Amino acid sequence: MTVLFGQLFTGISIGAVLLLIALGLALTFGQMNVINMAHGEFIMAGAYTTYVLQQSITGAGLSLVVALPVAFVVAGAMGVLLEILLIRRLYARPLDTLLVTWGVSLMLQQLARDIFGSPNVQTRAPEILTGNVALPGGLTIANNRLFILALALAAVAALTLALRLTPLGRRIRAVVQNRDLAAVSGIATSRVDRTTFFVGSGLAGLAGVALTLLGPIGPTMGTNLIIDAFLVVVVGGIGQLKGSVIVAFALGVLQATGEYLTTLSVAKVIVFVAIVAFLQWRPQGLFTLRTRSLA
Amino acid sequence: MAAVFGCWTSASRKAVKPVFEKNKALLFYPVQYEGLEQSPYIFYTGATTNQQIVPGLDYLKSQGVKSVYLVGSDYVFPRTANKIIKAYAAANGMTVSGEDYAPLGSTEFGTIVNKVKSSGADAVFNTLNGDSNVAFFKEYKSAGLTAAAMPVVSVSIAEEEVKGIGTQYLEGQLTAWNYYQTTPGAANSKFVAAYKAKYGADKPTSDPMEAAYVGVYLWKAMVEKAGAFDVEKVRAASDGITFDAPEGLVTVDGKTQHIAKTARIGKIGADGLITEVWNSGKPVEPDPYLKTYPWASGLS
Repeated sequence: MTVLFGQLFTGISIGAVLLLIALGLALTFGQMNVINMAHGEFIMAGAYTTYVLQQSITGAGLSLVVALPVAFVVAGAMGVLLEILLIRRLYARPLDTLLVTWGVSLMLQQLARDIFGSPNVQTRAPEILTGNVALPGGLTIANNRLFILALALAAVAALTLALRLTPLGRRIRAVVQNRDLAAVSGIATSRVDRTTFFVGSGLAGLAGVALTLLGPIGPTMGTNLIIDAFLVVVVGGIGQLKGSVIVAFALGVLQATGEYLTTLSVAKVIVFVAIVAFLQWRPQGLFTLRTRSLA
Repeated sequence: MAAVFGCWTSASRKAVKPVFEKNKALLFYPVQYEGLEQSPYIFYTGATTNQQIVPGLDYLKSQGVKSVYLVGSDYVFPRTANKIIKAYAAANGMTVSGEDYAPLGSTEFGTIVNKVKSSGADAVFNTLNGDSNVAFFKEYKSAGLTAAAMPVVSVSIAEEEVKGIGTQYLEGQLTAWNYYQTTPGAANSKFVAAYKAKYGADKPTSDPMEAAYVGVYLWKAMVEKAGAFDVEKVRAASDGITFDAPEGLVTVDGKTQHIAKTARIGKIGADGLITEVWNSGKPVEPDPYLKTYPWASGLS
């Protein structure tokens, strides 16, 4: 029973990681239809931001708290730069965008290698986040996983509220639903695009900070995550956040259960087979956005 | 081409092996590996199993470990190494409480660590490679598992990897190698000082680095003895070549083209360096097919 609950929590926390890395992509890919292969490198930028900050801020807890907003801005700024320099010129050309951003992703990896070296770097986690909460029955829940779960849920809540309630959110939704009509109604669509890209990329930076608690910090860390992030958004359905949220947790629990019953490699196969089968049945993903655009 | 020094991971060595054999070219492979191989065109300057894994198991046994859990990356080295560990365990009254593999590059260890934790094993034998180690040890610590209660013996974590994972997660854990930066001796003091002068004081030296460095000097000695760069002549001259290496005296065994090395078990310290807790006292003769170990008779 203990093991079962332990596994359930592991699944949920895998889901939280997936959600965190996919959330920014749900904005840039889901809302704007931009296939940004460099999303993983924005996650990497967030992780390296934590590392750089720790060189000057010695307290592990303080540096983590500072790293969250700083990484959001750093990755967001990189995203805006990418949007202005390249992606803006490639709207409505998804295949070109895919290739160009993939090239950018390779360049960013090399840049990280030149600056930080190819071996992984280490950050210090605050002592409290390396411990765990002991529950009756010998069950323990890791604090770093709880932290990531909380961060993922907070990010989803903040994003949902921002999209629903703020003027900027309304403008983003208007542009997604019908770009032309939004433009003739006086919305500066290119500025909205840039802001959306800033937020989406910034969320990747946030994910990068969180991932320093769990995994390696190195030049190729982003490539290992990007596929999972796209899967979540595609299966969840483009243009909707709730699809990504549900799918992230569903895939997490499926992965953890499959892995417990079989092996990690087989569990990955199970997850992929499930995704392929699901997309055969619902090619549009879990939820679809009804838009009034002509495309 | 007179000689090539390189390759990392057994998967890459297995991939280039037929090319070297077909073209009769020489490769010096500097990384510890799973044994059960003896190519006429490869010199193995890292440890084979009886110079690393078997001493690691002997050490655990001497510490009273009765059960081990095997965690490894899913490729040829961990799979073969674990086959050997299981044969050793069966012959030495140890039990294997579980065995799990993660795809190379995998960084999600929640489930595997849950399994390790609930297995109640005395120790973990870790053959994970690369990034997976980072995720594994972070997960290990946050699950409340400690080096004191359930030590992990790693065979792919040297000083360089310790820096990339963080001593916060590794302090007190064990490693099995033939060389550490802290290994005593004049040859090593000179090697470490020269390395730091060239690459920076914060750059540690490690076993695979040392094995690669040794490989070049061994080849030089072979060429001098043979009086030629010709691959066949160099091979013929290899037997008995010695070098006063940073790890201590090493001797080439011409028959297996492996080298005799001293086995060393180390403990990772808070400073990121590894300190020896046990050594074999003298260089261990290479035995890639474990022919001198009765329990290993069914393996090759």
